[in-house]
Amino acid sequence: MSTDISPKIDPSRVIEHESYELEGVDISGHWNRMFEQRVIFDYDIEKLDRVMDLDGGESMGYCYQCAQCVAVCPVDHVGDYGPRKIYKKLQVGMDFFASDDLWLCTTCGNCLRVCPKEVDMLQIMPAVRKEAVLEGAVPSELQDVFEKTARYGNPLGKNAKRRHAWTRKLEVEVPIISELDRRVDVLWWVSDYPSYHPRGMEASRSLARVLTKLGIDFAILGAEERHDGDSMLRAGEAGLFEMLADQNIETLNKYEFDVLLTTDPHAYNAFINEYAARGGNYNVEHYSTFLARRTAELGLSEDVGGKVTFHDPCYLGRQNGVYDEPRELIEALPGVELVEMWRNRQNGYCCGGGGGGMWLDGLAADNQSMRLSEKRVLEAVETGADTLCVVCPYEVSRFEDAVKSTNNDGALVVKDISELLAQAMGLATD
Amino acid sequence: MKIAVLMRAVPDPVEELEIDGEDLDRDFLGFVLNEFDDHALEEAILLKEEVGGSVSAYAIGTADEVEQMLHTAIAKGADDARMLGKDLDALDAHAQAEAFSDALGGCDYDLVLSGVQASDELDGQVTMLVAAELGHLHMSVVVSVTPDGDGLKVTKEYWSGITADYRVSLPAVLGVQTAREAPRYVAVARIRQAQESGALESVDMGQPDPRGRIHITEMRLPDVGEGAEMIEGDEEVAAEKVYEILSSAGVV
Repeated sequence: MSTDISPKIDPSRVIEHESYELEGVDISGHWNRMFEQRVIFDYDIEKLDRVMDLDGGESMGYCYQCAQCVAVCPVDHVGDYGPRKIYKKLQVGMDFFASDDLWLCTTCGNCLRVCPKEVDMLQIMPAVRKEAVLEGAVPSELQDVFEKTARYGNPLGKNAKRRHAWTRKLEVEVPIISELDRRVDVLWWVSDYPSYHPRGMEASRSLARVLTKLGIDFAILGAEERHDGDSMLRAGEAGLFEMLADQNIETLNKYEFDVLLTTDPHAYNAFINEYAARGGNYNVEHYSTFLARRTAELGLSEDVGGKVTFHDPCYLGRQNGVYDEPRELIEALPGVELVEMWRNRQNGYCCGGGGGGMWLDGLAADNQSMRLSEKRVLEAVETGADTLCVVCPYEVSRFEDAVKSTNNDGALVVKDISELLAQAMGLATD
Repeated sequence: MKIAVLMRAVPDPVEELEIDGEDLDRDFLGFVLNEFDDHALEEAILLKEEVGGSVSAYAIGTADEVEQMLHTAIAKGADDARMLGKDLDALDAHAQAEAFSDALGGCDYDLVLSGVQASDELDGQVTMLVAAELGHLHMSVVVSVTPDGDGLKVTKEYWSGITADYRVSLPAVLGVQTAREAPRYVAVARIRQAQESGALESVDMGQPDPRGRIHITEMRLPDVGEGAEMIEGDEEVAAEKVYEILSSAGVV
């Protein structure tokens, strides 16, 4: 079949005027001329300049509108977002400092991964948010969390002295390093949610049992440990991050240990990428890599069974390159089949907890059709998995809530890798 | 307008409160800013932004939390702060009022703002007692303050959703229930700047008589009861049941 490419406009019906004005608009000249100036020149790009002038905001100006970022932005999948859209809005006069758009980014980094011009939201968002925070323009949900973290050293507002309460009534010993008065091989940085959140505490107890079974010489800081500060930094409270980092470094430098072991990828990120500049240099490992190297010694004998799918946490995977080790652990579980979600590894879909997102559900509800964690749970269910395995403490609570709110209670179970390993090792459970 | 804000540090319930004799066990107590005083401070700063003038913050005690509270007030926009050096644990409401009034005296504030109440006010509200000491007008449970000529238009909250507007002439002491906007956020970086600003002044105080006014005979935690009784039925039926319960308890 041939395609008819003859002109659809009959040239004899086109009237060319030397000059012509239609309803006040000058449309003189050739028929293919632009009738008005391009929109961009009519706007004052002062709002865009203001972002680009910030230390860390320069790359906002590199955008050439290819929209690769929008395709992979987790927020756009449930809303209307992405660096390209922000750039356009800035061009046409959006006050970024007063917009919800400033707070929807979870700093997952997927945009940066695909951006040919390296527009870096991981630098831009914290830089603009820092200015907003200095002016006091913070969403009230986040204000509450900043204040709690500053006062109690954890975003949940829990009593700092009770940070190691999870170790009580545990049949294995979890020493507090200040009471040991000696060096240890492993100082385990537990983090806030694994210390205070009920599901986090269960994962911590499982990991304590696993480490004990492995014969690891470890200890925790207990009440001396404070929030690592990474999420506060991404959310714009640079002053709070500095205060916490300096306190934590002072504490850590009192003790001698080989490995600083973290359960939390956000703490992992802080120690690796932010603390060194402030005088904190440690041999940091995430528990997934630490345990993966010891798979043979774990003694995984009990059948766990079922299909397990794995969620790549943004701050461990995309931002710090760890993808394989958690999968090695899952595949070592007896009777388990690892199934992948379609957005995995470098293209993993964010749970929504990063960049302050953990505490911005209200704002998300105003701007998105669902939470990112709900979108991700639907993806997990699609794989036919029975269990969604996680290695980041923000996720257990986020995904368990999402399982309920997407009516998948009973269809999908969320477990930390520690819990699955402890089960496979035949260790006591809570 | 020259405004003073009285800020109180109260025991932080995040800690488990323990009783030692007729008082709380103060050894391990943490303190936190009285929430209503935070509203009073916010209202003061908003008034200053509206009509100009100055805001001075006052607090009693020398604990870290008190210093932090005052630095935060400076960071939020107070011009200066005075830390009245006295032990936090010894002062009842009358003694606090005496300490505050002594410090305020001679400074000629147009307006003194504080929170409507604090959790440790066993013997009356500090705002009333300060007003009495200073001989100023007093109004409490205030939910709105607007400049009105050389005075203020003040909205006072009553029960059952009733509010009333008053015209208050200055000088006056007001007990703030809620500021017109939620207390603002101030960045940690700004609080650190305030710490370096030197706007915080430490003032020695004479020892007010700590326990001259009320005597606590006993302090104990409430007995934990068993469950709850759900009262079923429409308003008429439920009201009758409630009346029965109250009258058999000897309350009515």
